[in-house]
Amino acid sequence: MPEFLLGNEAIARGAWEAGVKFVSGYPGTPSTEIIETLVKRFPETNPRWAANEKVAFEEGMGVAIGGLRVLVTMKHVGLNVAADAFMVFPYAGTNGGFVVVSADDPGMHSSQNEQDNRYLARMGKTPILEPSDAQECRDFTMAALELSEQFSSPFMLRTTTRLAHHKGLVEVGERNEASQKEFTADPKRFSVPIYRRALRPKVECRIEALTAYSETCPFNRVEHAENPIGVITSGVAYQYVKEVMPAAGVLRLGMTFPLPPNLLRDFCAHYQTVYIVEEGEPFIEEYVLSLGVTNVVGKALFGVMDEYSPARLRQALNLADAPKPFSVGVNLMQRPPMMCVGCGHRTVFAALRQLKVIVAGDIGCYTLGALPPYEAEHTTFCMGASIGTAVGLERAGHKRVVAVIGDSTFIHSGIPPLIDAVYNGDRLTLIILDNSATGMTGGQPNPAAGKNVLGEATHKLNLEAVCRAMGVEKVDAVDTWRRKEIVRALNAALAYEGVAVVIARGPCQQLPEIKHQNRIPFTVDNELCTRCEACFKVWCPAIKKTEDGFPFIVAAECVSCTVCAQVCQPDAIRLLEVAA
Amino acid sequence: MNKTHGLMFAGVGGQGALLIAELTSLAAVQEGYDVKQTEVHGVSQRGGSVETHVRFSRFAKVRSPIVTPGEADVVIGLEKLEALRFAHFVQPETGVILVNDYEIIPGSVTDAEKLYPHETIEFLRSKNLRVMALPASQIAKTLGDGRMANVVLLGALSTLLPFQPATWQKTLSFRLPSKYLEANQRAFEAGRKAI
Repeated sequence: MPEFLLGNEAIARGAWEAGVKFVSGYPGTPSTEIIETLVKRFPETNPRWAANEKVAFEEGMGVAIGGLRVLVTMKHVGLNVAADAFMVFPYAGTNGGFVVVSADDPGMHSSQNEQDNRYLARMGKTPILEPSDAQECRDFTMAALELSEQFSSPFMLRTTTRLAHHKGLVEVGERNEASQKEFTADPKRFSVPIYRRALRPKVECRIEALTAYSETCPFNRVEHAENPIGVITSGVAYQYVKEVMPAAGVLRLGMTFPLPPNLLRDFCAHYQTVYIVEEGEPFIEEYVLSLGVTNVVGKALFGVMDEYSPARLRQALNLADAPKPFSVGVNLMQRPPMMCVGCGHRTVFAALRQLKVIVAGDIGCYTLGALPPYEAEHTTFCMGASIGTAVGLERAGHKRVVAVIGDSTFIHSGIPPLIDAVYNGDRLTLIILDNSATGMTGGQPNPAAGKNVLGEATHKLNLEAVCRAMGVEKVDAVDTWRRKEIVRALNAALAYEGVAVVIARGPCQQLPEIKHQNRIPFTVDNELCTRCEACFKVWCPAIKKTEDGFPFIVAAECVSCTVCAQVCQPDAIRLLEVAA
Repeated sequence: MNKTHGLMFAGVGGQGALLIAELTSLAAVQEGYDVKQTEVHGVSQRGGSVETHVRFSRFAKVRSPIVTPGEADVVIGLEKLEALRFAHFVQPETGVILVNDYEIIPGSVTDAEKLYPHETIEFLRSKNLRVMALPASQIAKTLGDGRMANVVLLGALSTLLPFQPATWQKTLSFRLPSKYLEANQRAFEAGRKAI
């Protein structure tokens, strides 16, 4: 009986079946569930969360040249972080099978940009397999590991949000233990530029061999039809093509780098017009055009931005059989995501708003601080950028700039810029939001949490000690729910001539051990309430207004963070038990 | 029949739209259909809109996991505003909008109470769409836990889909934790009867 699996679960399954013995990655939507599935179902693959993607990649590289099969997972922008290692690994080549999953996010469902990592793979001379459904997520993971050993080359498995986050039926098998490949410590293969020059031609030879393989690769599949229209497609777009143009001839490319020149030329010669339907950039299209083929239409018709869908293809092709939806005809109010009830970031963003500072933010749940009601995060670029950006804004002459970064993001890439700020004598106010979790991706543990991916106790990184060791003299740790303390600490940091760090500490409210705590909710004593409305101004979603203007705390939502009680002058907000 | 069925589950993060979509998919798998399901994770978990697509087909392979606007057999709205937001996915002549008569006012929007489309059900009916409304949250509350509104709605949905009652029972039993199974079975039955 096939299993009904998420694309990411199918990748995990494939890795397990193919005998993978080491998995590393950093959480990032849409890649996170791969390692989460391995932890839950297949711990014998030795999954772990790394401090960042570069570390994950390098650990994997070491294990692979050491002879074992490896999977490394990350979202598309994670590969930018790992790019240093990614670009150089193919020179040495691998011993054990090595596959890096690059989970791209067309449509930017939960990312800061759209980025087509097929270009990175081409630059890094790394072959790509691109599955089209959940079954292929499993199959291609296994094939990529095999091919990686066959060609001594690292492989990229490229997925997209829709592929990673859709479920389908998957035929599965059992685990096959792969034998360990031989490793010899050899400077000529793994070391310095003088030897690299000798390896350089080998990289080109390998790409030539892979190009030849690509011509007959079973994943590059021709489905000819008696039709003037042919379509070249890859990834989940293949499914949309089959749905929208069932009668067209199709070349489905499951291997998108290196591309097969002869197969492409022959296919195009077979049809009057060939559409190229690929999500993202014109990666296949540019290559086909470079072959001198002229009867192709791609991005001019289908566009480079956002996700594709059957509706979008029908519209681009002006097909008559498109469903005709009714139109609501009115603009509906949005329902933007917001910080959770009792989230420890709320007090910090209330303080930042109150102090009217410029906030250089980072990647995490706290990007929601840019939205109403706080509107107190003014820049967000990429992992760790808050610190450098804040230093830069100060250097550009702007006053009262605050950098805000989460604990996980700080560990990921916030440490070098903080060292740099101290070293170069910058002025910087940095808030580390320490909720002991990688919150936005689902609360994965990190080195500041004191436990590993399996939930086992491990060394807990002391953030204060880390900052002090870097030379930060002013480090202040505050309970994140004590609003006056947060404001005081922030003011003191802003007044400090140098680098000052405020650690706002308190666990993520979504962590299971926090969420399932029995907590006594707060309630409003209407006898004491003066309807001053101060409690409404803490913007807690659990505080509603009754028809006669009294605040009302929804007991099932309240997590007893105490913030509303702190602002209540007449002391009308009390624990339910005390009030009774 | 060679048709690919489409369902759209819409709600607010935390309401359990994903769970009932998955139960429906698993029931379809049990019945021998090819099935695909898709949703978008990420920050949508933080109280934002949530949409989950389910497509299933008896004989042909399901291709796209995405439901196209205008082709859904049923749009399942766990909340009125979200039902309205995704109503255009319904097949306008033959489809059904199944909606929980329940409001969750967006927390981070100014004047949300005033802007909220309280008359959603009447509005959709005025567009000649087939609307089935039930007070799923209320029913769940009387059964002891308002959070089971999703399963009440699933019970109602089960009357619109071609799956055997035994298939639903089997699916609930193997997918839900045994601790909550009995309560959820009651919620499911209450939903079946509410239509």
